[in-house]
Amino acid sequence: MVALAIGDAAQVTAGAALDIETVSHAFDLDETTLPVLNRIDLSVRPGEFVALLGPSGCGKSTLLRLVAGLEPPTRGTLREDGRPVTGPDPSRIVVFQDPTLFPWRTVRDNVALGPQAQGRLRSQAGRIDEALALVGLTQFAKAYPHQLSGGMAQRVALARALVNDPSLLILDEPLGKLDSLTRLTMQGELVALWQRKGFTALLVTHDVEEALFLATRVVVFSDRPATVKADFPVDLPYPRHRGDPRLVELRRESLALLGLDVSW
Amino acid sequence: MTTFVATQIDTAEQARREAPIALWGVTAALAWAAAAAAAEAWPDLGDWLETRRFAVGAAALATAFLALAAVGRRWPRGGAWIRDRGPWLTASGVVLTLWQLASAKFGWLPLPFFPPPQALIEVYTEDYVALGASVLASMKLLVVGFAIGAVLGFVTGVAIGWSRRAGYWVHPVLRFVGPLPATAWLPIAFFAFPTSWSASIFLIALATGFPVTVLTWSGIASVNARYYDVARTLGARPWFLVLRVAVPAAMPHVFVGLFMALGAAFSVLMVAELVGVKAGIGFYMQWAQGWASYANVYAALVVLALLCSGSITVLFRLRDRVLSWQKGLVQW
Repeated sequence: MVALAIGDAAQVTAGAALDIETVSHAFDLDETTLPVLNRIDLSVRPGEFVALLGPSGCGKSTLLRLVAGLEPPTRGTLREDGRPVTGPDPSRIVVFQDPTLFPWRTVRDNVALGPQAQGRLRSQAGRIDEALALVGLTQFAKAYPHQLSGGMAQRVALARALVNDPSLLILDEPLGKLDSLTRLTMQGELVALWQRKGFTALLVTHDVEEALFLATRVVVFSDRPATVKADFPVDLPYPRHRGDPRLVELRRESLALLGLDVSW
Repeated sequence: MTTFVATQIDTAEQARREAPIALWGVTAALAWAAAAAAAEAWPDLGDWLETRRFAVGAAALATAFLALAAVGRRWPRGGAWIRDRGPWLTASGVVLTLWQLASAKFGWLPLPFFPPPQALIEVYTEDYVALGASVLASMKLLVVGFAIGAVLGFVTGVAIGWSRRAGYWVHPVLRFVGPLPATAWLPIAFFAFPTSWSASIFLIALATGFPVTVLTWSGIASVNARYYDVARTLGARPWFLVLRVAVPAAMPHVFVGLFMALGAAFSVLMVAELVGVKAGIGFYMQWAQGWASYANVYAALVVLALLCSGSITVLFRLRDRVLSWQKGLVQW
């Protein structure tokens, strides 16, 4: 659990440590089982920004569901700051590929969802407005989701997550459905938010460049059932430049790991 | 190119705005004047008290339409109104004239089955106390029965949509009993309940409950599972998931159910009043028919139509408020 301290938006929250210990997971499909994750071992230090890369359908998103506590793993243990993950908790918030805003709530009421669910709506009113300001949508507080563009909706989803001061932000391809310009803008915004808030971030993405631009560390998964194929740091200072020769080099290496080096 | 098109549209717009005001206002005035003249020009075949009042009323309306047509250009709201309604007013004036001639003056339509318009007016001016009491009695039945059925149906629908165990027990009952027309319970209801009033409430609630239950259930069952994931990671407990996620997400379905239920409730209300309850519009109509006073039947029918249409309007207004977050609602 995050400390109950009510601080201003600039307050740095301590990120959580995440330990994934020999986790395996399988889906039951009509009598047969489909193994998705195979003995994943991964330790994330507080404040790290880890990107998970892997072929489509390899089980990255499933791993995120396990980290969020939405499902228990078939085998193995997940720990947040040493305590086992047994269910969802507001210290671990997911931002999905679809913003999944509640269409019957205004933008502000969507952001207020966490505080309301935790019964802290009144004491956190100010924080809700701060979170809206943080993603630049103060003027849209009273709008309904169907009035927003894709990028704006995803910013609202981000604000809805950040208002809870998560110590672990789980990003499941959050920029996957945005147009490329909005995506580039929001990549920059994500880095800025992460640097400002200090949470630990776990990002699943298909976009190698996005992973390298954002993360301090990249983990490459194999085909299903997923195993960790590679795990390397991205030793570049922020703000990064997309044309940086080191980044280009890392991209070539990552694509090779994904079996896509021929076209580069 | 652009200018040309714009000019064309402007001209069309102008033509529509100016010429028809006068035209439709005048035709409406003529039609209603004809209705007034028809009432006065020939003697009535029967003994009706309100022929003069009908003529005066029609003439007054004809004058009003003519006045609106005249001031329409200087008073845009009045002009817009008469332009919009003019064709309808004209047609209704023509129908009223023909009705007047066919019934009261020349007897082309057989009496007493087709009374003239002044006979309906007579009902409203002479018998408004009994008619008003009937309206209140019907409203009371409808509102109480519908409210009970809607609340029970909603709660049942949420329960079986949410809880597997509730579904296990309720679903078979719903499948077996639900499709049965509520009126099929009529013979049992009227002896099983102490009063015909409570029996009617039961029937109306039953007719209301089934569609509301099924639609609420399907609404709850079709809620995007991701909504629950989001709420759970944000710290929501089960009751929050039911009341703040499942129920609001299911509301569009619930309103479809309420709309269907209202139609079913009207029809059961009429049956109940025709066969059992000794008050209400249905009872009034049957009683009047027994005396061959068909004017009363038609007058009650008009009131009933207003009542049903009004109830639907109220429901749609409520829906527009509750579902204002939705795009593209059907306008009633």
